[in-house]
Amino acid sequence: MAKTLDKVDVVTVGIGWTGGIVAAECAKAGLKVRGLERGKNRGTQDYLMIHDEYRYAIRYDLMQDLSKETITFRNHRKMRALPMRQMGSFLLGENLGGAGTHWNGMSYRFLPYDFQIKSMTEERYGKNKLPSDYLLTDWGITYDELEPYFDKYEKTAGISGEDNNPFWGKRSSDFPTPPMKKTPILKMFESATKKLGYHPYMLPSANISEAYENPDGQKIAPCQYCGFCERFGCEYGAKSSPEITVVPTALNTGNFEPVFHANVVEVLKSGNKVTGVRYFDTQTGEEFIQPADVVVLTSYVLNNAKLLMVSKIGEQYDPDTGRGTLGKNYCYQLGPGTTGFFEDQMNVFMGAGALGMSIDDFNGDSFDHSDVDFIHGASITLGQTGVRPIQTNPVPPDVPAWGAEFKKASIYNYTRTLSVHGQGATMPHKENYMTLDPNYRDAYGVPLLQMTYNFTEQDRNLHQFITERTAEIMKEMGAKTVVPGSPITDYDIVPYQSTHNTGGTTMGASPDDSVVNNYLQHWDADNLFVVGAGNFQHNSGYNPTATVGALAYRAAEGIIKYSKNGGSLV
Amino acid sequence: MADNQQGLSRRDFLKTTGIATGALVGGGLIGGLVGYNVKKDGKTANEGQLATEGVEGAPKGLMFLTNQNEFHVLSQATERIFPEDDLGPGAIALGVPYFIDNQLAGNYGSNAREYMQGPFFAGEATQGYQSALTRAEIFRQGIAKLDEEANARYEKGFAELDAEQMDTILTAFQKNEVEMKGVSSEFFFRLLRQATLEGAYADPIYNGNANMEGWRMKGFPGHQMAYVNVIEEEKFQVIEPKSISSMQH
Repeated sequence: MAKTLDKVDVVTVGIGWTGGIVAAECAKAGLKVRGLERGKNRGTQDYLMIHDEYRYAIRYDLMQDLSKETITFRNHRKMRALPMRQMGSFLLGENLGGAGTHWNGMSYRFLPYDFQIKSMTEERYGKNKLPSDYLLTDWGITYDELEPYFDKYEKTAGISGEDNNPFWGKRSSDFPTPPMKKTPILKMFESATKKLGYHPYMLPSANISEAYENPDGQKIAPCQYCGFCERFGCEYGAKSSPEITVVPTALNTGNFEPVFHANVVEVLKSGNKVTGVRYFDTQTGEEFIQPADVVVLTSYVLNNAKLLMVSKIGEQYDPDTGRGTLGKNYCYQLGPGTTGFFEDQMNVFMGAGALGMSIDDFNGDSFDHSDVDFIHGASITLGQTGVRPIQTNPVPPDVPAWGAEFKKASIYNYTRTLSVHGQGATMPHKENYMTLDPNYRDAYGVPLLQMTYNFTEQDRNLHQFITERTAEIMKEMGAKTVVPGSPITDYDIVPYQSTHNTGGTTMGASPDDSVVNNYLQHWDADNLFVVGAGNFQHNSGYNPTATVGALAYRAAEGIIKYSKNGGSLV
Repeated sequence: MADNQQGLSRRDFLKTTGIATGALVGGGLIGGLVGYNVKKDGKTANEGQLATEGVEGAPKGLMFLTNQNEFHVLSQATERIFPEDDLGPGAIALGVPYFIDNQLAGNYGSNAREYMQGPFFAGEATQGYQSALTRAEIFRQGIAKLDEEANARYEKGFAELDAEQMDTILTAFQKNEVEMKGVSSEFFFRLLRQATLEGAYADPIYNGNANMEGWRMKGFPGHQMAYVNVIEEEKFQVIEPKSISSMQH
């Protein structure tokens, strides 16, 4: 029998960026918040021996234990969905901080075009730019409405950057800290893209350029450019993450209590309200009910959607009828790019997760799409994230994959190779969605989430176009051998691509085409909030975290308002 | 390198037992190994004193494989993938076979953090790994298959073949021309290749990358606290590598 605990004002499911932001804001406002985290507590002291590529980047020590829970996957409805038995395509987080611990720190705001993608695309190109199978939807909020929340997130995280990109939205204030160091490698990209007539800018970074104290009094240290960001935690406290910012802020109020090893399996609902959540203590197997006035789903995209599905809250999307919104508009990202082999050795092993320069000349609707057979595009970036020797063995195409020639070439080229890559936006398609799997279960007996996903015609066209642009840039940079990436065919869940999964719990102006309103408040239960990249109606050509952070601040404001006045916020 | 190829001496065996004890005392496999191998100055415990015996780095032993022939087959196969040359040591001298054996005895070998519940179906390539076999089982079978294939083609064990013959067999595995049970030979080859690179370039605390020679060949400085003062330099920086074990005190 489940043991029922004392009721709290707000319970969050997961304590990463979204759970941490919601906890900090609500706790500051005097609400009693309990955060249920399925993983363990951790912090900077646990990252002192983090410079270990094998343990963290290859064996995924910071990431989700798939033996307990994974998803199933198929490319289309006629294929049998099978479990993702090993991590590959995307790297799911676990423990305090979630994926916000091992992110790179690239912190772009989505474009004004993104939030009104349907209306702006139709206005410029008419209603038939894409076939009707693409389910373009406005987000129910504009960039200008979201701007104050972006600002708040950036000030909390101390984002470093420069406001010289003509294509992104207007900012109400400058970046909290100046851009990172412009290294010789970055200057090669800057000079090449300028020569081609583009507009390079320093990538907005959560690896902070100088010591910073945020408005909550949390201190973030300056980045040391050690080259161990992605897939690692930061031993300096120099990469903004929940455990050095919003979590201590929440704890300092005395109103926030994190509970670890607490795996939520159900959101409890009665009538048109939720009453709390049910969870297992993963160490003892004990079952608990945590009653709460407000429930906030702040786990990852996939798990937020799964919890709503197993709790039967909202209507499951059906690709046959087009009815239902839960699980709809699952999107991902594309990785068009070009590798260049150079003559001279470069300090490629130095770097930081978000050290880089980008251009947006081919992102969003920055250029005229009248003569191309796709919409949107990609940011194009040269990132100097620090390359490590197990993962990075670049060889020109004519070299075999092993043996004497491979050894020589991979060692020679390790310090002589750069890549320019795009982050390609993907558009929602009626056949790409999430539901519950009928066959496979997790360690707690709950069905696994089932993902049905494949690249579409729009994706293939966009990918090819951006690949060509990256090859032109690489040529201009002076590479002696320029190797553009291969065209995409079917989505493959094996090789790492991007941990930017989006959709499934979308936001919008109407319950007909979204799961939550623009405060991330569920249409069917006004004391339930669902926060994260699952709210995205499509995926943009950028990393998602800044937009997720802004949405979390928006949700926190909504939760505080709701706690005072009740009812729907829109 | 003769000792590595011939296997363990009695003295090495005793040291291996020492590692196992250390692991129990230390409360964790990796913690135990690190504690045993590394002194406060970051040098490996036996640097110098064992050099005369031709054993590079810390004492090593088999934690998974049970007979010398299996180990020789694994050693020779990894050496063909990453051979010794004028740049520096190959897989054997770097300790890669020990690295792989030791990893097979732990979470890597038992797929402990991966979803291994049935039912199992072959699936499409885009769906990834779908075998019920663990990596430990795949390696054991794969190593036996390398030997079987060598005997069938050349009437010799794999470890006795010349380099070209070994390459022929490895290529047959790579091209999926060898029948295996529950897994394809192509998949086994990919695992073997990847594990070889991991052993060559992982931090030496894992018993490969002996004396950080893998890193030195590649120009990778391993664990460094900071590059903030040199990252704007145009010139390529040659930096003596450091192991993460240097952080322990």
